[in-house]
Amino acid sequence: MTSSDADQRALKISQEPLRPVGQQYGFVTGTLESLKDIWSHRELMSMLVRREIKARYKDSSLGLLWSLVRPLTQLMIYYFAIGQIMGLARNIPSFAIFVFVGLTIWGLFTEIVSSGTTSILNNAGLVKKIYLPREIFPLGSVGSALFNFAIQFAILVVATLVVGQFPVTSDVLYAPLSFVTVLVFGTALGIFLSSVNVYLRDVQHLVEVALIVLFWASPIVYSFSFVHDKLNGNWLEQLYLMNPVTLAVLGMQKALWVAGTTESDAINWPPDLGVRLFIALAIGLVLLWLSQRVFSRLQGNFAQEL
Amino acid sequence: MTQPATIISVNDVSKRFILHKDKSVKERILNFSNSKAYREDFWALRDISLDIKTGSTVGLVGHNGSGKSTLLKVIGGIIQPTSGSVLRRGRMAALLELGAGFHPDLTGRENVYLNAALLGLSRQETDRQFDQIVEFSGIEEFIDTQVKFYSSGMYVRLAFSVAIHVDPDVLLVDEVLAVGDEPFQRKCMDKIAQFQSEGRTIVLVSHSSEQVGRLCDRVVVLDKGRVMHDGDPTEGIRILRDGYDAEAHRVDASSSSRDLSAPYTLASAKAHTERADGRFNLIVDIGVDVHQPKPHWGIGLSIENTLGMNLYGMTTFPMDVTLPNTIGHHSIRLAFPDVRVGTGKYLINVGLGDSAGTTYDRRSGITSFDVADEGIGNGILSLDPQIILGATEG
Repeated sequence: MTSSDADQRALKISQEPLRPVGQQYGFVTGTLESLKDIWSHRELMSMLVRREIKARYKDSSLGLLWSLVRPLTQLMIYYFAIGQIMGLARNIPSFAIFVFVGLTIWGLFTEIVSSGTTSILNNAGLVKKIYLPREIFPLGSVGSALFNFAIQFAILVVATLVVGQFPVTSDVLYAPLSFVTVLVFGTALGIFLSSVNVYLRDVQHLVEVALIVLFWASPIVYSFSFVHDKLNGNWLEQLYLMNPVTLAVLGMQKALWVAGTTESDAINWPPDLGVRLFIALAIGLVLLWLSQRVFSRLQGNFAQEL
Repeated sequence: MTQPATIISVNDVSKRFILHKDKSVKERILNFSNSKAYREDFWALRDISLDIKTGSTVGLVGHNGSGKSTLLKVIGGIIQPTSGSVLRRGRMAALLELGAGFHPDLTGRENVYLNAALLGLSRQETDRQFDQIVEFSGIEEFIDTQVKFYSSGMYVRLAFSVAIHVDPDVLLVDEVLAVGDEPFQRKCMDKIAQFQSEGRTIVLVSHSSEQVGRLCDRVVVLDKGRVMHDGDPTEGIRILRDGYDAEAHRVDASSSSRDLSAPYTLASAKAHTERADGRFNLIVDIGVDVHQPKPHWGIGLSIENTLGMNLYGMTTFPMDVTLPNTIGHHSIRLAFPDVRVGTGKYLINVGLGDSAGTTYDRRSGITSFDVADEGIGNGILSLDPQIILGATEG
């Protein structure tokens, strides 16, 4: 009985083709193989994301509520400190909504990038012991960032309802476009930085600092009209607008911050925002592809570098 | 099936490791001009080619740093070789560390699903196997407890249980077979035997020659990244042990604790066997050089089989015989009447020392003897079974 089992197994195996082990594909031709590999592990990826989310709040009695405390605290601080005390709110109608829109999309970007950067290091135990397409770790970070984003976004939508400024214009279409742009750029950076961080641990600290600086380089707590008034559309303003995250923040504001269109006559958005976003998205997709290729090159030595 | 198909094919695989001695940007920039001096490379594997057939059990053995774990990781796809390639088919599970991917904050149940997914099982398959996994691990009561509260024994039992239920065609095992208490270990070994009978292929790395000898039908001995031996397990284990001995001798020689400075040295030892009255007798002649007599001394002797299992050990201290204790060469004969061991080759280790535990000289595998195949049955023991008809029970 058992020997016939063995024979069957041997027969089955002998009919399978011999496949090379690991990712040993060319720089360009390997893309499809990598995608297939990642796709076949999607179930595992969702489990890893759930593991992260579950484990993070496992023993706290408030649990998931904690993931809301941080952005809401930030909102409070910026609302009172910058909006009321420094008086920015006078020029920006519905300041709370405005800030929260910016914080939500910015939060998505920072979480993808910062937790993506450390994702390979944090999963060193798995990387060293089990063969998996390693892209699933930075992608897993994207997953848990999306989870937090979804909660915040839901609150944002409820808030617009409460204030009676629920967006019903065609500008809403900017929201998915901005979201996808941030997602693509964040993922590209996360994948690239996670692989580089394995070889050079300074990267993670550098990323932290860079994110603090970049926060102020996007119109999150101040509106675009301030920038435009100062720079008057010169080359510096164009440079400012080349930041894809800035564009995405502006796009989100155009979509969800209704008061910016109806109650303000300042120039809160640059012209051609849609075109700029599409260009940024296209560049982002190329970067995403490139970063995956770099990752795939570097990942061969992960296990020995960790 | 005439010839089992190749399941893993390793072709000319070499692996070079580069050791960086600096890690930070500052160090790298400072040392940029002479960065060559801050890196060091060595070859962990050199031109390895192996062809593993379906259904075989292959043991990778070697000293620490011989590259066996690296080879296993290359086969598992965890490390990419510098040159050469590995081809493989069928489903593979790598047991390089038990419970890799266990999250301490999650419950046993959640970790079973997670770990099974890591080893390549889909959710439906895990659902189907779940009860068996828990039953095998024997920790039903604690399955909904967070694993950080588990004892280490419970932890590895659950991890091992998941690993063996993933239904792999190829199982890669690195030093993880001996886990849990004795009944659980036996259960594991039974499971491995069952795997073998089901035609699964097992590649294992082990330091225990006994384990390798018992499980493997092929042994690959690695030394400094090269294949020293590939084939018969008994021969492989012998080569490995010779290597260990050579190393031990080298250590001895370098510290010059051996030879002339010792008060007693072992000059020779020769074993021969004789058969008399249907009994099998072992005689060991030992030559000892006494350089510097001490109040007392004695001989220790042990017998082991080629798989490294220690069968017998003795010293002359309880025997109440005064050994010659004058400067010069002495011959001492030890006789072991009626040795009942099974067919095979046996190694003899001899040592000289005093009863306080000081060792003057020691040589492992200094001599050996063979037992020919005769009688009924086989195994470690040689017995003389008889059938008695008509005897009453109890």
